[in-house]
Amino acid sequence: MSGYRLASGGLVDRTRPVAFTFDGVSYSGFAGDTLASALLASGVSIFGRSFKYHRPRGVLSAGVEEPNALVTAGQGGRAEPNTRATDLFLTPGLVATSQNRWPSLGFDLGAVTALIAPFIPAGFYYKTFFGGPKLWRFFEHFIRRAAGLGPAPRLADPDSYQHRAAFCDVLVVGAGPAGLAAADAAAGAGKRVILCEQDAIVGGALLRDAAEIAGLPGRDWAAAVCARVIAAGGRVLLRTTATGYHDHDLLTLGEKCAEPGEDAPSLSAQRLWRVRASRVVLAPGLVERPLVCPGNDVPGVMLSGAVRTYVQRFGVAPGRRAVVAGCSDDADRTAAALRAAGVEVVATIDYRRGETLDTVKGGNRVSTVIASVGGMTRSFACDTVAMSAGFTPSVQLHMQAGGTLAWHDGCAAFVPATSRQAQVTAGAAAGIEGLAAILASGWAAGGGDVADAPQTRAERHCCHGFAPPPRGARTTAFVDFQNDVTSRDLDLAWREGYRSVEHMKRYTTLGMATDQGKTSNIAGLLQLSRNEGRPAPDIGLTTFRPPFTPVTLGVLAGEDGGLHMAPRRVLRLKAQHDRHHPLWQPLGYWHRPRAYPRDGETLHSAAMREARTVRSNVGLSDVSTLAKFDVQGPDAGAFLELVCATGIAKLAVGRGRYTFMLREDGMVMDDGTVWRLGDARYLLTSSTGGAARMEAHLAYVRGVLAPHMRVAIVEVQEHWAAFAIAGPNARSLVETLACVSAPKHMGCLAVVVAGVECWLLAASYSGERAFELYVPGDVVVPVWEAAEALLHAAGGALYGLEALELLRIEKGHIVIGAEATGRTTPHDLGLGKMLRVSGGYCGAAGLARPMLQAVDRQALVGLEADGEIPEGAMLVRAAGEAPMGHVTSVGSRVLGQGGVALALLAGGPARTGEQWLATSPTRGITVPVRVTAPLFHDPEGTRYRD
Amino acid sequence: MQRYSAWNLFKHGLRGHKGWQPAWRSPEPKAHYDVVIIGGGGHGLATAYYLAKRHGIRAAVVEKSWIGGGNTGRNTTIVRSNYRLPEMQALLEHALKLWEGLSDELNYNVMFSQRGAIFLGHSDGDMARLAERGDALRCAGIDAELLSRAQVHKLIPLLDISDAARFPIVGGLIQRRGGTARHDAVAWGYARAADALGVDIIQQCEVTGFAIAGGRVTGVETSRGHIGAGRVGIVVAGNSGHVAGLAGLRLPVESHILQAFVTEPVKPMIDTVIMSQSLHCYISQSDKGEIVLGGDPDFYPSYTQRGQPMRIEEVAGQAIGLVPALSKLRMLRGWAGTTDMTCDGSPIFDETPVADLHINGGWCYGGFKATPGSGWLFAEQLATGRVADLARPFGLGRFASGATVDEAGSGPMPHHR
Amino acid sequence: MLLINCPHCGPRAQAEFGFERPVETILPVDASTATMVERLYTRTNARGVSAELWRHSHGCRAWLRIDRHVVTHEILCVALWVALWQAPQ
Ligand SMILES: Cc1cc2nc3c(=O)[nH]c(=O)nc-3n(C[C@H](O)[C@H](O)[C@H](O)COP(=O)(O)OP(=O)(O)OC[C@H]3O[C@@H](n4cnc5c(N)ncnc54)[C@H](O)[C@@H]3O)c2cc1C
Ligand SMILES: [Zn+2]
Repeated sequence: MSGYRLASGGLVDRTRPVAFTFDGVSYSGFAGDTLASALLASGVSIFGRSFKYHRPRGVLSAGVEEPNALVTAGQGGRAEPNTRATDLFLTPGLVATSQNRWPSLGFDLGAVTALIAPFIPAGFYYKTFFGGPKLWRFFEHFIRRAAGLGPAPRLADPDSYQHRAAFCDVLVVGAGPAGLAAADAAAGAGKRVILCEQDAIVGGALLRDAAEIAGLPGRDWAAAVCARVIAAGGRVLLRTTATGYHDHDLLTLGEKCAEPGEDAPSLSAQRLWRVRASRVVLAPGLVERPLVCPGNDVPGVMLSGAVRTYVQRFGVAPGRRAVVAGCSDDADRTAAALRAAGVEVVATIDYRRGETLDTVKGGNRVSTVIASVGGMTRSFACDTVAMSAGFTPSVQLHMQAGGTLAWHDGCAAFVPATSRQAQVTAGAAAGIEGLAAILASGWAAGGGDVADAPQTRAERHCCHGFAPPPRGARTTAFVDFQNDVTSRDLDLAWREGYRSVEHMKRYTTLGMATDQGKTSNIAGLLQLSRNEGRPAPDIGLTTFRPPFTPVTLGVLAGEDGGLHMAPRRVLRLKAQHDRHHPLWQPLGYWHRPRAYPRDGETLHSAAMREARTVRSNVGLSDVSTLAKFDVQGPDAGAFLELVCATGIAKLAVGRGRYTFMLREDGMVMDDGTVWRLGDARYLLTSSTGGAARMEAHLAYVRGVLAPHMRVAIVEVQEHWAAFAIAGPNARSLVETLACVSAPKHMGCLAVVVAGVECWLLAASYSGERAFELYVPGDVVVPVWEAAEALLHAAGGALYGLEALELLRIEKGHIVIGAEATGRTTPHDLGLGKMLRVSGGYCGAAGLARPMLQAVDRQALVGLEADGEIPEGAMLVRAAGEAPMGHVTSVGSRVLGQGGVALALLAGGPARTGEQWLATSPTRGITVPVRVTAPLFHDPEGTRYRD
Repeated sequence: MQRYSAWNLFKHGLRGHKGWQPAWRSPEPKAHYDVVIIGGGGHGLATAYYLAKRHGIRAAVVEKSWIGGGNTGRNTTIVRSNYRLPEMQALLEHALKLWEGLSDELNYNVMFSQRGAIFLGHSDGDMARLAERGDALRCAGIDAELLSRAQVHKLIPLLDISDAARFPIVGGLIQRRGGTARHDAVAWGYARAADALGVDIIQQCEVTGFAIAGGRVTGVETSRGHIGAGRVGIVVAGNSGHVAGLAGLRLPVESHILQAFVTEPVKPMIDTVIMSQSLHCYISQSDKGEIVLGGDPDFYPSYTQRGQPMRIEEVAGQAIGLVPALSKLRMLRGWAGTTDMTCDGSPIFDETPVADLHINGGWCYGGFKATPGSGWLFAEQLATGRVADLARPFGLGRFASGATVDEAGSGPMPHHR
Repeated sequence: MLLINCPHCGPRAQAEFGFERPVETILPVDASTATMVERLYTRTNARGVSAELWRHSHGCRAWLRIDRHVVTHEILCVALWVALWQAPQ
């Protein structure tokens, strides 16, 4: 059946048919149709089912405020649930599916809830389902299945999204007459304008009611304005909604480059614009309000303006016999438009004359209307109702921007009052009536002189007016259509004490549906105002927050979603590592080789082999990710004394030292080494994971606490690649590599390797004789390859993070995040003796607090056991006792047998020799452990000291 | 109090629900109360309820706006007790036990749903820290279970568990007794039950000052006049600093913004509460079908209850990384609360230097889960004048002594946690 | 998102900046423990103008003192920290 498309008229392109399906049935519309207009043209009247009672629902509106006609657009990963059929332009091959019904839209078993509707009023769930959480979980299971609108997506989204930033002199939101006039005035004054419009074509109200402006047909004038905006260097963005008005005149705009569900060839399906504007003109227009009466949701009942839009913009008759009920000239226009289109208008009900629409009857389609007309109750047979309870100015963006509102009696709604940011509201949204006045207000808002505003001879058409909600609330008089909130629910909430507008909203869910209350909040407010006996303006609205209309998470994430949510930092030597097929380990943003397993090796056996090679021969490891800072200047040493809690001043040129830094509260923040490379030059290293924090800390101390110091700090983490060469044969390897006699332990030297100038530092993390070579990152490859060649010739091994762990645990070196938990002091970690006695370092004052000196604090110890010790396990004296510490890092003896671990234990080293249990209930393991000093290998350091 | 039950719902249904009485009265403030509680959020109302129920004291709750409109009505409703530090474990496990009986205790369904709360681990290092937390919990008698990647996948099939994920999921730690609750219902349920016990809940009444004589508080000045009080409890969350300032006090509290948002509702897709050890986003699905999302605070002081868009964008990106199918869902509503961030991330229970003026606050972005326990303990404190045992580690003196309770180990700057 | 007028770089988006701390919590390295407790662990936290330390961390990296209203987010002034700083006598 296609009998509802009018023979002529409308702005659709009748030369371009577009085929699509709805619930598997094939239909055809025209380019320029929305899914709603095309289906209405085909005689479809049920579009969806409501949230709670599963009532059949048609189309209410012709715009983004649509609460009823929600469909899933598209298929597979592109399926976009809850898409408004009124805000979805047809694209070829569109597959649309109805929602929240089973088995079908026409016959939905969920509709049985209507039978129990009298017993499940607003908030009923707060009053029942008692009996404990288990019972609630049982009921909840069914409630959850009944709730939700569209189907849950299951697949990843194949589309891509984009963020763009833009600046402009004037941002105009809404390309209706007011917005166009504003853009025209601004562009005429040489301003860079961005004009954004959520619709697919400009014109706004002109698309529904044609008018002549500035001597041109309205749409031609609109096109001319857009051309002038672009000529002046501005942009016109269609299908672009201003979704948020944020601080300091930043607006976010959501642009649909493709329609929902469309398999779009374009690069991005949607785009999020962040626009910083010097001036913002808000011209978002009005949203029409439904009348509240029983049956006001029966398919075939529509907003009056929407009816006219379907007739005049889309060339579609919404029905054959219509009743028009309204409260202003606007309804008269609808009646006239219907008549002109050949639709029979069986009655007009005019609230200005005291007439009222009392009940709408019908099941899947309107059949009868009962109204009070001319003092009598009358009934009219019809299939369509065009209704209007007045218009609500769209003040959402104005309020998001911090603007205040004033009550407008004519509209019975709020209009913008004062602004806090650079926003001004123009046109109908400002409460202005009549095309001429609207054009003038837009022109002025755009900075134009009102005398030059575009002229129109269109007759003044008054849309102000309002129909009060009827008394005597009913179960089927819907205020919020989608959430099935009736006027009776609102009265119940009030009776039960939910009397602030926020309580009413939250208790009944009024305005919390996907239309965000656009059609319902004023009706709710008016009813509350009557119940309270207080004027509506005294009650006020709930706060509006972004987004103005819902936006996909995909476009919010933009390019930074999923895989790209965080950068992946790549080692300079990745290709060199990859030759040996390492297991990679994520470490913050980095990936580092964890071990280089050979044939048949597990992670553990590979790591053990690597560690053993270090202990017995020589190993090579990439430690480039360490944080590094080049500190230079006459005050460099003095500066480092502020940051480091150990002695620095006495460090000679060519020498280095282990050091650690404290937070201001006295806790260990990070550790590393400091090297005096020259008279006034130091190199400071610290942990990989703490790099950003250390950078900020150094910058803070330098820039805020010590701006007077003559010192410069450059973060050189990625400038220097670094690798460690460790083992009894490290010295000979290094000497061959660098052709120097290697420095003594903790000495440093400038060397040239493979023609590259490097720093050679003699530092040991592994407990063996060891060196670190710092090489400029961009030329590291030949140096590494030279070192690797010597390594293999010596029978040595590459070693990864896992071996590094085994080695350092045996030496009792702490790791930030494992032993240094952010709750540990230097004393706790056995570093107390290294603290600079003279003080004067950051954290000294915090560390002096009494509880940080207490003896029973948890402190670093070693643990040993016959077998593996579970990492993270709790330390208890006996089963069932409260833990007094935990295992922080675990390893195995590299050369001997058995497990070793580091731990934090109350009482610390004083417990050496005691037997404890390392218990891990989550893994079902308990291991007896013996407390030792946190040092398992070469306690005197004979293997690396000179 | 009119009882709520399925039967009464049926009976009232037959009479068009005309017979339901207000859940609470709207009394005029009296001249004097033994105890005045400032702040009609969940914590304040719970305090009033337990004060009446357990100690027989009928307090007044004064609320500047509407009850439950602060952080109670703005949070992502995650309830769990799986903290790392024993002091926090004890505090929140006490609360969790109360949650388990709360709907029946209040005769108001707060929809406490033990759907499980899971921390995802993205590396072996993450898993070691999760095991440590789990072991600490189990030793304290609190439920915790380590999950393999496959087990996580079974619970939440829509998670991207591939190795190709930016932060691959290698396992998780679940507290099955954790979950969510209906935030508004918590405030309303406590209000109704407290009102029935004679508590005066006074809305639209802002405290603007304190009456202090001889170093002792004797009442509060409000937008509706002076109200005398024997003892006063400040329970105003994000406004702790401001209200304490009215008594000339400075707190270890900075007010920051935390945002959350929901998508349009869809049919069930995520049953468990998802959190991550490495990412800053948490995800759950409400009974209505909306996906509830939250992330980091905005990281600078603000009382605006208005957040910055980039935080939302970051959370969206991370959420899609975890659950790729979220991409086509649309953000429907976003909001923000002003949270009372302390200098160690843990709450405050103490008597202030002004005698009889007590404070319960500093719950940062994690106090909803504590609501019943917080009320219980603070009621005891207001009734006896002594801080309750479980709340003792959370005194104001801990900062000077160094006995801070720093769960995150991130030090004194609130925005570093 | 705030627009912060960096004295070096001009108006830039908040995303380029990092909040460091309220000015009142800045603690000299040689402070006493009592001062440390007072500075690090108490805040005025008033509903009004707050003097804050920010850094243009993704820009010129300068430290800035920003006076900002924490109820409206209005920025009253932005100044270079070094220009305000007085060397210890
Ligand atoms: C976005 C967000 C997400 C969160 N997510 C979680 C979560 O998932 N899990 C969790 O456990 N916690 C979460 N939290 C934290 C949690 O919401 C709070 O810790 C908790 O709700 C605080 O409750 P309250 O009753 O103390 O505070 P509120 O509910 O804020 O109550 C304080 C009340 O005091 C009133 N008040 C203030 N000043 C005055 C005055 N001068 N006079 C009178 N009255 C006054 C306020 O109007 C307010 O109603 C979240 C917070 C936010 C903002
Ligand atoms: Zn700058």
